[in-house]
Amino acid sequence: MQALKNASLSQRISNFLFLRPRLFLALLLLPPVFWLGVVYLGSLLTLLVQSFYYLDGFTGQVVRKFTLITYGELLTRSNLDIIGRTAGMAATVTLAAVLLAFPLAYYTTKHASPRSKAILYLSVMLPLWSSYLVRVYAWKLILSKEGIVSWFFNQLSLSWLLEGILQLPAIGGPSLSISPIGLFVVFVYVWLPYMVLPIQAALERVPGSLLEASEDLGANSLRTFLHITLPLAFPGVVAGSIFTFSLTLGDFIVPSVLGNSSFFIGQAVLSHQGTSGNIPLAAALTTVPMAIMAVYLIIARKLGAFEAL
Amino acid sequence: MQTAISFIHVSRHFGEVKAVDDISLDIFDGEFFTLLGPSGSGKTTSLRMVAGFDRPSQGEIFLHGVNVSQLPPYERAVNTVFQDYALFPHMTVADNISYGLMIKKVPKAERLRRADEMLEMVRLPNLGGRKPSQLSGGQRQRVALARALINKPPVLLLDEPLGALDLKLRQQMQIELKTIQQQVGITFVYVTHDQEEALTMSDRLAVFNHGKIEQVGSPAEIYERPATAFVAGFVGISNLISGSAAQAISGSDEAFAVRPEKIHLSNDENPVPEGMLATDGVVREVIYLGMYTRYIVELDLGGELTVAHQNLETTSMDVLAARNQRVRLLWNRSHMRPIGD
Repeated sequence: MQALKNASLSQRISNFLFLRPRLFLALLLLPPVFWLGVVYLGSLLTLLVQSFYYLDGFTGQVVRKFTLITYGELLTRSNLDIIGRTAGMAATVTLAAVLLAFPLAYYTTKHASPRSKAILYLSVMLPLWSSYLVRVYAWKLILSKEGIVSWFFNQLSLSWLLEGILQLPAIGGPSLSISPIGLFVVFVYVWLPYMVLPIQAALERVPGSLLEASEDLGANSLRTFLHITLPLAFPGVVAGSIFTFSLTLGDFIVPSVLGNSSFFIGQAVLSHQGTSGNIPLAAALTTVPMAIMAVYLIIARKLGAFEAL
Repeated sequence: MQTAISFIHVSRHFGEVKAVDDISLDIFDGEFFTLLGPSGSGKTTSLRMVAGFDRPSQGEIFLHGVNVSQLPPYERAVNTVFQDYALFPHMTVADNISYGLMIKKVPKAERLRRADEMLEMVRLPNLGGRKPSQLSGGQRQRVALARALINKPPVLLLDEPLGALDLKLRQQMQIELKTIQQQVGITFVYVTHDQEEALTMSDRLAVFNHGKIEQVGSPAEIYERPATAFVAGFVGISNLISGSAAQAISGSDEAFAVRPEKIHLSNDENPVPEGMLATDGVVREVIYLGMYTRYIVELDLGGELTVAHQNLETTSMDVLAARNQRVRLLWNRSHMRPIGD
């Protein structure tokens, strides 16, 4: 008791909380719960509510009445085009990111020496340290008609190949810097780290002895990969694809810097809530990526992506 | 006797480090053979070179007369039980055990039947549907064993498979492993740093030190006739006496070892019987271990000897009273083992 009397204030607070673990927990969770519950989920809810209002085309006013009219508008030809284009791009970017990230992550975790591992980690992380805008504009220059890519094709006397690619319908354009193909390259570039890191984390947790055990039991490298490595790294692939997929779905900067006149969801949201003041349609469009992600996660779960977690 | 595994002047270097340094060794068919040594002595690297996870820097390894030095693991007729068991976490126990059959494209029904047989053999019936994470350490160990045996390999490699188990379970598994080995009649090559385990289970063993083999022999040979000071010290308690003390006791300056259980404790005034050697000292430490007591005696001639004494008629009170007493140590001349370098 004597010790308690002489205790400092911080010690007395500690002792007080030590005996009341529930109060301690409540104090600990208050800030994140406030942040998630009010700031984050609250604004999401407001967004959802907005999407059930509609814009009166005659007065230009938002009518605050619950209706599905705005969601109906999503089904018009031009909006479906936007959704399809965005989802298609997101899926292609995700697939390309998996194909690029997996070998890199595999090498880093399973074969690289500690030193080259550190260098590889750093080189994956490094681009994230500079502004994304700067990097996107840098790509604009790299891909432009006078840029280094065109120059390179020229030096190799392969300009005809580049021209041919750019003339392809659906993915071509006047130059790489104004074409879906250029857009695809930049998307893959900016989101690749978000795919590499989760796959690396997943592979890091696969002990080397599992791969040895598989080979020991007669499986060659390919079958070991298919039966052991891939299933165990799958949660990482899913986590990475959630990043690349949703980041591409929601991005409006890359398409406005490098795209042509065809909109992506992000750009459409921006213009609806800005110039045309159609907040309900903007809100409804925003729910589309969320719905797509929800469906994606359900499918991933059905495929057993989270069983090895 | 048919040779199962031959190491012929095998070395494995990692940069400057010679993990395995020019070893030659024959392991025979049907043997329970142990590679014993401290960590970093090259025993695990040697095992991994048989499995194919490592390749020799120099020399060759033959498996039943076939040079396998450059073959990948999946083309070698050996299977391994790993130290961490290496069970596939995303598969059930039955799928783990029948993995080797699945790779060989054995039909599913046959696979499951044989997995059940193996579960029966390792005494884990009806656990086929569980995931490895739902098993205890001892159960995982048995699943790993069943998985490695299902392909009926002529040689089974075991890399410290009991290291993670508690003492009681370890002793039980030692006996079980030995029984299974005799039942299936194949060669077991067993890596351990536990000398007691090695003595319990092996038909023969090789003692490794600094990447070299110090001695190969049966447990009794290794224990009773250690060829080097290292073997004498690593297997059992060393009790090595050398130099002038050896000269004074035995009349020769050759170093010798004597096992703790061969030494009698006696009053320092008692005469020395015929055929016995003796030296005097003071009991420095008494360690009461229930079944027996260990005395550490500081010799008047310098150095110390450990004496083990079964508590046949003595109680803990009696033995602890021996501390700081002067004693005479006696042993039969025939129990003294000369040690070369």
